[in-house]
Amino acid sequence: MSAALLSVRDLSVTFTTYGQTNAVLHGVCLDIPAHSQVALVGESGSGKSVTMKAIMGLLRQPPATITAGRIFYDGRDLLTMPDRERLKLRGTAMSMIFQDPMSSLNPVFTVGDQMGTILKYADRRLGRSRSRRERLARVHEVLAQVHMREPERVASSYPIMLSGGMRQRVLIAMALLSEPKLLIADEPGTALDVTTQAQILKLLKDLVTERGLALLMITHNLGVVRETCGYVYVMNKGNIVEHGPTAGLFAAPREDYTRALIAAVPRLTGGTRFGRQNEVRP
Amino acid sequence: MTRPMLEIADLSKSFPVRNAFGRTVGEVKAVDRVSLRIERGCVYGLAGESGSGKSTIARMIMGLTPPTAGDIIIDGESVVGRGGRSGVKAQMVFQNPGSSLNPRRTVGQSLSVPLAAHGHPRDDRQRRIGELLEMVQLPADFSQRFPHELSGGQKQRVAIARALAVAPKLLVLDEPTSALDVSVQAKVIDLLVDLGRRLDLTFLFISHDLSLMRNFAQEVGVLYRGRIVEAGDTARVFENPQHDYTRLLLASVPVISEEEERLRPAIPLIDGEIPTAEKLLALRQGAAGTETTTEVHGS
Repeated sequence: MSAALLSVRDLSVTFTTYGQTNAVLHGVCLDIPAHSQVALVGESGSGKSVTMKAIMGLLRQPPATITAGRIFYDGRDLLTMPDRERLKLRGTAMSMIFQDPMSSLNPVFTVGDQMGTILKYADRRLGRSRSRRERLARVHEVLAQVHMREPERVASSYPIMLSGGMRQRVLIAMALLSEPKLLIADEPGTALDVTTQAQILKLLKDLVTERGLALLMITHNLGVVRETCGYVYVMNKGNIVEHGPTAGLFAAPREDYTRALIAAVPRLTGGTRFGRQNEVRP
Repeated sequence: MTRPMLEIADLSKSFPVRNAFGRTVGEVKAVDRVSLRIERGCVYGLAGESGSGKSTIARMIMGLTPPTAGDIIIDGESVVGRGGRSGVKAQMVFQNPGSSLNPRRTVGQSLSVPLAAHGHPRDDRQRRIGELLEMVQLPADFSQRFPHELSGGQKQRVAIARALAVAPKLLVLDEPTSALDVSVQAKVIDLLVDLGRRLDLTFLFISHDLSLMRNFAQEVGVLYRGRIVEAGDTARVFENPQHDYTRLLLASVPVISEEEERLRPAIPLIDGEIPTAEKLLALRQGAAGTETTTEVHGS
């Protein structure tokens, strides 16, 4: 599968804590073709965040050990390339949108300062340079792209001066700063109200399709998967249980786990049966 | 006509807004003349986003916050002005079981607190604790465990057992499953439905999760900025929402099937974006500014 922008092959990860070794990922395979939106869905403890961290190179080793597998980005193996090379890709070719807007922003610097710093170091890694003023102009430009009405005012604000939805937009803007090809979103909008979450998801979808970006959406919410991604991988206990086009997989899941998971999701149309204790739950 | 389990009439709560010198310069109406009634054995869903006043209503029912005006009648008795004594009739289950259980107490100790407070005979407490754990389908030896040894779903079961300790008639559930995985959530709701039937309980279910509410509550009230903007039979409100805020909420729910998508109302987009509640309501009142409304979001 050389066509995929990102390709994870047989990835196995173990964690060693207090002298005990536990296998966390068991040969995970997934492919993200260029310009496509793919979701990785699973419940807590399924290994979706570990997979994401392994892709971004954020796994702390130890306690984690990557025991087997390869991760290809654009045909190059991320796990065997020199650290300097990998650093050049991180935050520039592939970047992340984090979940919790409040804890991912530094409260003592303005949004513009933080974004400027990110841009400065991204430029340095790529051997580019631009002046302070050019950087600020780029920050304003990106803030406008995430539909901020007054980018100048937002850039000079501290995080606490912004609402939750605006902070999430700032995080999206940060990820877009150096025009990555692959965005990895970790549960964006889950900390927000449902109407704000809908706005954020629509914005993300529009940005990704307009620019032809690839998106890996990490989430536990099956509804979010269907709203944003055409293809889905379902994960449980460190294994990919099932994958396929979202609409088809949700309509006719093949595996027992997926079936039980989908049955547990309450439907807006009603008809989800509760109170039958003996029913199979995942 | 039977007596409702809970009746709230014109309930209001305002909080003073103070300036830097501590002088009151205004007030925020957190809850604004809310009225609702819940029949015995029913599940009433109170839907709203953050800041809508839903938790303030719960706190007033439980006597944790005194109302500014209005009355709360639980099973025929007014609980307003009784110094936080909604007594044994109403109990509450909180959102985050991780922080509502004392980490230094075993499950058994946590469960014995309400028993002691309500004068349950000391020599019978162990038996009652075993009974409560069985009700929430936990093994009896869990009474020796500490909260950190339990999973999220197990902790929430303990919180439910604690609420049931004094045999209440009304349970106020404040987002009881929002911290849980969907499969665990389903099991906790299974348990609540089952307990409701067995113990003849009435539920006030407070949540922002409309899909869950559709399947759990028979009646719903939609709260926006301290006011109930729409209320009624769950199926009717969901299938034929009358208020724009209800429509916006429903249109925002991420769904997993086409049938659900068809149920979602269409919402006009403002400048290509899903509007905020304020903007949508302003638009409908004809007070829109220079924004252009174009496409329609929804089914």
